[in-house]
Amino acid sequence: MDTPLKRTPLYEAHVKAGARMVPFGGWEMPVQYAGIVEEHRAVRGAVGLFDVSHMGEFEVAGPHARVVLQSLTTNDVAALAVGQVQYSVLCYPNGTIVDDLTVYRLADDRFMLTVNAANIDKDWAHVTQYTEHGKDARWTNVSADTGLIAVQGPRAEALVGRLADQDVTKIGYYRFARGRVGGVPALVSRTGYTGEDGFELYAKAADTARLWAALLGAGHGDGVQPIGLGARDTLRLEMKYALYGNDIDDTTNALEAGLGWVVKPAKGAFIGGEALEKIRAEGVRRKLVGIEMVDKAVARHGYPALKAGRRVGVVTSGSYGPSVDKYIAMAYVEAPLAGVGTELAVEVRGAAKAARVVKTPFHPSRVKKA
Amino acid sequence: MSNIPKDLKYTREHEWAKAEGDRVRVGITAYAQEQLGDVVFVELPKVGTKVTAKKPFGVVESVKAVSDLFAPVSGEVVEVNGELPNKPETVNQDPYGKGWMIVVKPSSKADWDQLLTAQQYEELLKQGGH
Repeated sequence: MDTPLKRTPLYEAHVKAGARMVPFGGWEMPVQYAGIVEEHRAVRGAVGLFDVSHMGEFEVAGPHARVVLQSLTTNDVAALAVGQVQYSVLCYPNGTIVDDLTVYRLADDRFMLTVNAANIDKDWAHVTQYTEHGKDARWTNVSADTGLIAVQGPRAEALVGRLADQDVTKIGYYRFARGRVGGVPALVSRTGYTGEDGFELYAKAADTARLWAALLGAGHGDGVQPIGLGARDTLRLEMKYALYGNDIDDTTNALEAGLGWVVKPAKGAFIGGEALEKIRAEGVRRKLVGIEMVDKAVARHGYPALKAGRRVGVVTSGSYGPSVDKYIAMAYVEAPLAGVGTELAVEVRGAAKAARVVKTPFHPSRVKKA
Repeated sequence: MSNIPKDLKYTREHEWAKAEGDRVRVGITAYAQEQLGDVVFVELPKVGTKVTAKKPFGVVESVKAVSDLFAPVSGEVVEVNGELPNKPETVNQDPYGKGWMIVVKPSSKADWDQLLTAQQYEELLKQGGH
């Protein structure tokens, strides 16, 4: 028998707002409200709210929390200051990917990891299994108690700022602060998955609906809209952000996925480190590239990538990109064919449709780097 | 309930068919475009192509999904809506009008009588659409 779908604290709000609810990674989530293209444009042009409460949060605390994380994740946790966030990867010993995640340093000896919803159980097993018995580091799965709302778009700073009890303009990119937003205690993180400026607000599950309502109410003049998973996907695709289960998984390694920038072997040993070093030394065989369709066609996950009729790779994500007004995709292709400008084809329903490798992101990033 | 014009016939796969003299104009229903969401790609056959009733004649894609278009009647394609590949959103905006897809010259009358009436199509939607 199927396990019943889980619901976030905002389920009722989505249904009331007329969202179309779909199963996603074991959760019943809104795929769209007004329409994917309209929602996509609202985020690029104004501000959108995303319910991402389905994502998982683990805390690890104790004198050995840092060294445990160093051995579990690919990025250098020692470089992470309290109040800072880091994008990172959990790998298997062979260098393939358990999950991608963000790591928050809450205190010297306390961290939070935010992981993909569909991977919560698997990640929990992985991190606890690979935490050596002798280490003083205690793991807590706080996923069920934690709600998460992403506020993304050029008006996000104004909207969150209006409701916050502190000056959020002072929170830098990939930094966070604790405070209240709309009276709700929250961790305010300047992160996101859209390529726009914005925040991700972590709150107690029981407070999340109140926070959502406060943001919708206060953002009326900003043109705020609730945004479903459909637009979340087109927004991240235009930035060439990888989505676990589509572009990265336990058959792809972090280097071929273009995540070498968060693989830091100089920090010391970590799970997958040796394998990744060997792959780096030998050179990756394939690379995840951005492609643009030259012929009119939508490339989708699993479609073959071709060069002169020969299969040279596979599409991992693809759609119409509303902001670039083109059919765009991500694909693994043989490394010699990964250069920008390379002419390829994508097999769409048996026909080879012309495509080319292009520079990414497809749409310019507007995250606040300063 | 979606708009279901009384003067059209329908397939169980949510295409509409309109009799125009000895020809049949074809598109997808308001319900179909609502279910699909934003249409971003339409692939249609060329004029002169033979289509077969209940078989795919083209493809419509929304951001999330790929769907076949099914011919309501067998026959030859005599007209194609050349605007749609460049303006696929027309299918959402005007599914029974400017969003039409092809015009078929049917090879027999038999297929037409197999199609659903507006009332039968409405019943189908009430039962969940499939």
